[in-house]
Amino acid sequence: MIELRHLTKQYDEQVAVRDLSLTVSEGELLVLLGGSGSGKTTTLKMINRLIEPSAGSVLVDGRDVAELAPHDLRRRIGYTFQQVGLFPHMTIAENVGVTPALLGWSDSEIRHRVDELLELVELDPDETRDRRPDQLSGGQQQRVGVARALAARPRLMLLDEPFGALDPLTRHRLQQSFIRIRRELGLTAVFVTHDMVEALVLGDRIAVMRAGRLVQIGTPGTLMREPADDYVRLLLDTPRRDARLVAALLEATS
Amino acid sequence: MSEQLALLPGYLTAHLQLTLLALLSSAAVSLPLGVALTRIRWLEQPALNVAGVIQTIPSLALLAVMVPLLASLGLQSIGFLPAFIGLTLYGVLPMLRNTVTGIAGVDPALKEAARAVGMTPAQQLRRVELPLAMPVIVAGIRTATVWTVGIATLSTPVGATSLGNYIFSGLQTRNYAAVLVGCVAAAALAMLLDGLVRALEIGVRTRRRRRVGVVVAAMAALYLYTGLTLVSALLPRGGRPVTIGAKGFTEQYILAHLLGQWVERETGRLTTQMQSLGSMVAFDALAAGDIDVYVDYSGTLWANQMGRETVGMDRATVLAEVGAFLAARYGIQVAATLGFENAYAIAMRARDAELMRLTRISDLAPLARGLSMGGDYEFFSRPEWTAIRDTYGLAFKEQRTMDPALMYQAVAEGAVDLISAFTTDGRISAYDLRVLEDDRAAIPPYDALILVSARLAREWPDVLAALTRLEGSVDVDAMRRMNLAVDEHGAAPSTVAADYLRRVLSQRIGPSVPERDARSGTAP
Repeated sequence: MIELRHLTKQYDEQVAVRDLSLTVSEGELLVLLGGSGSGKTTTLKMINRLIEPSAGSVLVDGRDVAELAPHDLRRRIGYTFQQVGLFPHMTIAENVGVTPALLGWSDSEIRHRVDELLELVELDPDETRDRRPDQLSGGQQQRVGVARALAARPRLMLLDEPFGALDPLTRHRLQQSFIRIRRELGLTAVFVTHDMVEALVLGDRIAVMRAGRLVQIGTPGTLMREPADDYVRLLLDTPRRDARLVAALLEATS
Repeated sequence: MSEQLALLPGYLTAHLQLTLLALLSSAAVSLPLGVALTRIRWLEQPALNVAGVIQTIPSLALLAVMVPLLASLGLQSIGFLPAFIGLTLYGVLPMLRNTVTGIAGVDPALKEAARAVGMTPAQQLRRVELPLAMPVIVAGIRTATVWTVGIATLSTPVGATSLGNYIFSGLQTRNYAAVLVGCVAAAALAMLLDGLVRALEIGVRTRRRRRVGVVVAAMAALYLYTGLTLVSALLPRGGRPVTIGAKGFTEQYILAHLLGQWVERETGRLTTQMQSLGSMVAFDALAAGDIDVYVDYSGTLWANQMGRETVGMDRATVLAEVGAFLAARYGIQVAATLGFENAYAIAMRARDAELMRLTRISDLAPLARGLSMGGDYEFFSRPEWTAIRDTYGLAFKEQRTMDPALMYQAVAEGAVDLISAFTTDGRISAYDLRVLEDDRAAIPPYDALILVSARLAREWPDVLAALTRLEGSVDVDAMRRMNLAVDEHGAAPSTVAADYLRRVLSQRIGPSVPERDARSGTAP
């Protein structure tokens, strides 16, 4: 479905992504995992051309994305990010229906689709449809963000730490919702996070990045059993370390 | 007050024409340019700097420099055009800066979202950036609106009618009712236009269609009215009126009315006035044919236009040479000499003059170091002053420039010791001032001359003939009384002129006007 070939992004002296190649197959969720400055977000944004690569190419369904007009490409790819970016001067319905409107769908089609999506992301259409983004909680806003990304029935979705700014309980609920939605729609997805637990819970495969390079790519099991280096081992071990820390604390206070 | 209010529709309409059209063209320049600057970032600072520099030019000066600038391009240099261009330039900065700031201030996350959902650059601008920047852009438009309405009152000295006509002539003739009407009307107009823009923005933001409709209809009506009145003013209707110019002081207002009423009565032609022109603006306007007639003074032309030596000149020589010069250089004709001189003079309180035993300017030299002198706006930069200073070797403790309407009061109250008075000003006697004798003849003669443009002489011989009959029709006492009636007794210049015409000129046109009639004609 997606193929990155020798992808490089260079800003003046600084190399953000260096010679990165990988593939994502149909229906798969690939997590891009790494710390800040690892190049994971840059890699993601080169897929829908929010950032243009300095070298290399991106193929979606076998076609080089550089051949498509950027806006046409993006209308076919869902995109959500941490700041959500709902348009404050539009209603929730207008926000969700924005891409279908750009594609020229009829008003009734859009209305129907908006209600369907609001239900899909577990919001009451009658209550939310005509509200403004600032009248919703952070979790509700990100649900709308996911609905907006899915509006034009994309088969591919790009997510840039979508749940990173939410409180732990809300984040957990949204992760569960997203797992269900992805299964229902059979979406292919690339998911950027620095949260190890999130990566393990959501990812079919995980690509670990560091300083612009792909360190290792594989299933969570492979990465845990056969880490390529100490960095991967330490990273994959963080949930267990945290769990041990919590257990010790519990023991000490009981 | 009621005669002031009768002028309101005309002044207000002219003010509205200037303001609305200037704002429209400011917006037409700055909004697209502002959007472009957010796309071409390297141009942003240079463009904003240029707009900022224009803004720092004092508004009166900005309007005034349009006159020689347009004249050098061979365009209409007096009247609507210079005021319109000046006001347009003035409105650009607030709109431009706010457009740039508004768009640049849109949350980068929203710009990214707009790209990510598949908007083209044009769609990003129209659907996301402009709506979100709108409150800031509208704030800029509102600032420009209020500024433009206010600054449009400064259009009067460049020959464009505006509410400023009330203010300029009111200040000169001490008619504070007129000043008040002008200020209140300008403030009300500013509030009205600002309110409309604000109502439109709120309506758009809250999506109240009816409200938007009402506001748009009101704005459209204003623009329609402006457009129609402007077009009808441009259409030739019963021929072009004779345009009579006046510089910005009382005597000039009275004489402009006097000439206008006389021409209307004698020829049946319509006349119109262009008042409160700057001194040099009036001459340039006549030379360019933007006005047809005005009164100027032989010494002023001798010293300023011809650049001639002023010391020791006699009246007849100056008169003859000025007439020959104007005809040869500009095709301007002297239709008549009115019969009085309005000379520059040095005046002081009679009591001070007694104490210091001063009667002549040459007595002044040894005392000058301890005295302060007040002059009108142009006096100290005129060649006449240079001549007086050098001839008598004067060096004052202090030289202060002030409005001519306030000079007499200033010297009477002792704020200055001497002033550059005008000999026809009735306030010289009213304030008990003494004019010092120009014993070395440094000041040239200043015969009041009716000047007409080459075009008037060619196209309207009847008007020229009528003006020629005014030869010697106003003597210095009559002029003083008329000035005093306006300056001290609050009479309207037009009324004073009408009285004089009715009681004096209709009985007799000749070199000597009976004193008795002049006095009875200028009662307040």
